[in-house]
Amino acid sequence: MVESLVVGRGLSKKFGDFTAVDNVDFDIYPGEAFGFLGPNGAGKSSTMRMIGAVSPTTSGHLRVLGMDPRTEGIKIRGRLGVVPQEDNLDRELSVYENLLTYGRYFHMRKTEIDLRIDELLEFVQLSERRDDRVDLLSGGMKRRLIIARGLINQPELVILDEPTTGLDPQARHVVWDRLYQLKREGVTLIITTHYMDEAEQLCDRLVVMDRGRIVAEGSPRELLERYSTRDVLEMRFDAGQRLQAMPIIEEVAERTEELPDKVMIYTHNADEVAAYLARRDIHPVSTLIRRSTLEDVFLRLTGRQLIE
Amino acid sequence: MTTPRALLIVESEWRYYKRTWRGTVITTWLRPILFLLAMGVGLGTLIDRTADQALGGAGYLAFLAPGLMAASAMQTAITDSSWPVRTGIKWRKHFWAQISTPVTPDDILNGLMIWVFIRLVFVSVAFAVVIWAFGAAPLARGLTAVPAAVLCGMAFASPMAFLACWFKEDSTMIALFRFSLIPLFLFSGAFFPIDRLPDYLEPLALVSPVWHGVDLCRSITLGTPLTLSLWVEVGYLSGATIVGWWAAIRQLRKTLHL
Repeated sequence: MVESLVVGRGLSKKFGDFTAVDNVDFDIYPGEAFGFLGPNGAGKSSTMRMIGAVSPTTSGHLRVLGMDPRTEGIKIRGRLGVVPQEDNLDRELSVYENLLTYGRYFHMRKTEIDLRIDELLEFVQLSERRDDRVDLLSGGMKRRLIIARGLINQPELVILDEPTTGLDPQARHVVWDRLYQLKREGVTLIITTHYMDEAEQLCDRLVVMDRGRIVAEGSPRELLERYSTRDVLEMRFDAGQRLQAMPIIEEVAERTEELPDKVMIYTHNADEVAAYLARRDIHPVSTLIRRSTLEDVFLRLTGRQLIE
Repeated sequence: MTTPRALLIVESEWRYYKRTWRGTVITTWLRPILFLLAMGVGLGTLIDRTADQALGGAGYLAFLAPGLMAASAMQTAITDSSWPVRTGIKWRKHFWAQISTPVTPDDILNGLMIWVFIRLVFVSVAFAVVIWAFGAAPLARGLTAVPAAVLCGMAFASPMAFLACWFKEDSTMIALFRFSLIPLFLFSGAFFPIDRLPDYLEPLALVSPVWHGVDLCRSITLGTPLTLSLWVEVGYLSGATIVGWWAAIRQLRKTLHL
């Protein structure tokens, strides 16, 4: 049995009357990429902050790298890498100075940090920008710099809070690629995201969070199999048409979800369903056939969409 | 031996200061020069004709200079411990980056206070040099007053750091600056003896730490007796520093380790 790097049992976090994290359990094992998936306000960041030993737990049991964050926070933080959601780089300092300053907080020597900075800038493809002020970097570059900063102390466990939020698609792919590389090197990653594709791309295992609770757990594939169908048809109708169409759709669909702007039809064979509906004279304004994603899992579990 | 973490904060403040020091030249050197020139020399020549007795026999420039030294330490302390704390939490946000390392909120506050202390020593020594250049006090006396001015500054620095963590809105802090800093400065006793204030205002001036700093600095440079005993004045300023420090650490822990 592999020893888990992070263990949470009955973990809760309250702010006054508000329960941000409500009695959650999880185990994170060495070398895996573990995701916390959920919409904004689901309790992901609060959970991350507790794991990062900067937010005291309200109740429950938490062990990080075998230590108790309440009493050994300093030691835990010394071995963690943290990539925050918010950009808290020092804009007025250079790329190099940002990394040097941060490295010093881990009691690393300047010569040791200098070597590490060269490696890391290579890794995040910022070597040429070493002496530029952070001000001058693009959003994607800043994000990569924050990732490099989080790796300065060669952590065995890295926490990434919404690593690609606010980035354009190309920049996101660069970040994903770097995170893959880290994973290959055996670093354990904990990732929060409200992007389905991110969770599917990066996570070996994940928990789906909603309103402070964990509502499902498994690998992306397991979750898809358990909570969704292979295919999805998204159909848009004119106002009156939809009412007429729904009963017929229900006849062939495994399951349907009605959203304000469209109907999602879950089935194991989209082509068959589309053909059948055409025969029955159902003609939507538009039809999109796609594979099921974690977005559908989330919709199934909570009745809501992730990004509203 | 590893460097205490608070000193790592000082080190990073220094690294940041090296990039941003230019603006402080004006407040460090030009402010004392301008004030002493305008108030001490300019206004002083008028005052010296009539007011010798009230000022304890010294010329106005010699009376004003040590008071301004203390009041100026107060201003430096307030500026350097308010906005840096505020931006650390809210705008530059570097406190949040710092606490994701082994650094704790206590380290941040301690480091920041040590940094303000260093700045106060520097600013006060500069002031002593300016006073000496104006011929308002011998250099040795001016330098002897530096610890008093620094202590006066610290008595504002730590309570101000507390307030900067505690206020929810920037506007509260701006309002505090607007409505209390100028009165504190004007009625500190730097410009005129506080017994000239209306009776109902005099106790207020006594409560404010800055008057104690002014009184200490002045007694050192002029060689006149203190208004209260040395222990009361030093005790009062140290007390304000310690209480502020304690409150600021508690508040910063609450804010950052949410």
